[in-house]
Amino acid sequence: MRDLKAVGKKFVHVMYPKKSSALLRDWDLWGPLVLCVSLALMLQGGSADSKEDGGPQFAEVFVIIWFGAVVITLNSKLLGGTISFFQSLCVLGYCVLPLTVAMLVCRLVLLASSGTVSFIVRLVVVMAMFGWSTLASTAFLADSQPPNRKALVVYPIFLFYFVISWMILTFTPQ
Amino acid sequence: MATSDELKFHEFDEAADLLAVNPDATTTSISERQSHVAVNVSAGYEEGELGEETDQTELLSGQKKQPSFWTFEYYQTFFDVDTYQVLDRIKGSLLPLPGKNFVRHHLRNNPDLYGPFWICATLAFTLAVSSNVSHALEKRGDPSFHYSPQFHKVTIAGLVTYCYAWLVPLALWGYLQWRKGLSLHVGSYSFLETVCVYGYSLFVYIPTSILWLIPAAWLQWLLLAFAAALSGAVLVLAFWPLLRSDSKLATLATLAAIVSLHVLLAVGCKLYFFQTLPSTIPPLHPLVTAQQPPVLLPHPANTSAPLRQ
Repeated sequence: MRDLKAVGKKFVHVMYPKKSSALLRDWDLWGPLVLCVSLALMLQGGSADSKEDGGPQFAEVFVIIWFGAVVITLNSKLLGGTISFFQSLCVLGYCVLPLTVAMLVCRLVLLASSGTVSFIVRLVVVMAMFGWSTLASTAFLADSQPPNRKALVVYPIFLFYFVISWMILTFTPQ
Repeated sequence: MATSDELKFHEFDEAADLLAVNPDATTTSISERQSHVAVNVSAGYEEGELGEETDQTELLSGQKKQPSFWTFEYYQTFFDVDTYQVLDRIKGSLLPLPGKNFVRHHLRNNPDLYGPFWICATLAFTLAVSSNVSHALEKRGDPSFHYSPQFHKVTIAGLVTYCYAWLVPLALWGYLQWRKGLSLHVGSYSFLETVCVYGYSLFVYIPTSILWLIPAAWLQWLLLAFAAALSGAVLVLAFWPLLRSDSKLATLATLAAIVSLHVLLAVGCKLYFFQTLPSTIPPLHPLVTAQQPPVLLPHPANTSAPLRQ
């Protein structure tokens, strides 16, 4: 129960990113795991002309999110960041929450229609959530970096969430 | 003291020349560290000639101490770059000027792995994303087209980019080490510097692959030629000083191999990821020719039904 409350509190912190140390101090990886699994499940069932021509498989989404987060964490540590490995994984994982919400919204919109209007709605929603994710994770991670390398650390985070947003936007149901 | 003043004012020209003469010397970056070096050197000189040697040797040993291969700090030395340095190196890869060797002028004995790694990652995703978007835009008019994300292209693009950016420098470095063993006049770069040059030279393909979205075939080929020329020039300018004193045949063969591999990469990516417009027309022909025989043959409807399947 206590763990559930901690996870829930962190979700709230991500949605309203203020300079708080709760995310950083008491890291846990339950939230990222739940988000990653639900995002990967929602990305299933996409259309495919041939066996390999479709969207990302479950394993591909999982690998991209976790491997991507590990690589970004290693990158920021190699550049001289003072954040610990699991704290950084925790922040990056939790900041996938806005994009998971975007995926949910996209699936609901696609249930209604799949024309140009729905595409524009999905584009706007995904772009907004992508911006939110990037800003949230930057707000938590940027302070632990040396000052003249901040952009070098933020750019891979931008790329990471861009790839996830691309996977969400290009999801087309059968 | 006079030499350090000279280095301060004419850093960009003389330091590069000095480095070419003495490749093992290290220059420091403009920011924090140089102030430390200046203070230590002046303190060493002030203490007199007896203390000078010990201070300098201490300083040199402090700078040259390499952490062991198995520690994290060893790998941190490959990421010892600031934002402005990375941006400066990217600019250097976009503007190959004849006098400025990328390795000596921009890297200055401080090669990094940040640039090559993230440029390759960005290039892989940019290729896959714009390939997908251009495919969707081409087939937009075709009613039987059903959009698919083609996610396997990301894997292929990543494999191609990373293999090129790491295996080709490895081969080139090995070749140059071998030539250096044969004839003393041939210089060489360290493996990291070679990887660095190749990694940064791939940067120009990122905007090129975005511009390949424009569906005009002549423009795509023009962009390809321009990008291949630019990044090929960076590579040639970097390796030319090393090979200058080798035999003419070997020099020409090496440079030709470097350039042709680079062009091959560009052409291969263009053809695989961005099919040219004429290839979209043939699929219509089989539909047209398939419909013709049932009209020409004077057969009843039961033979044309299987054809319509």
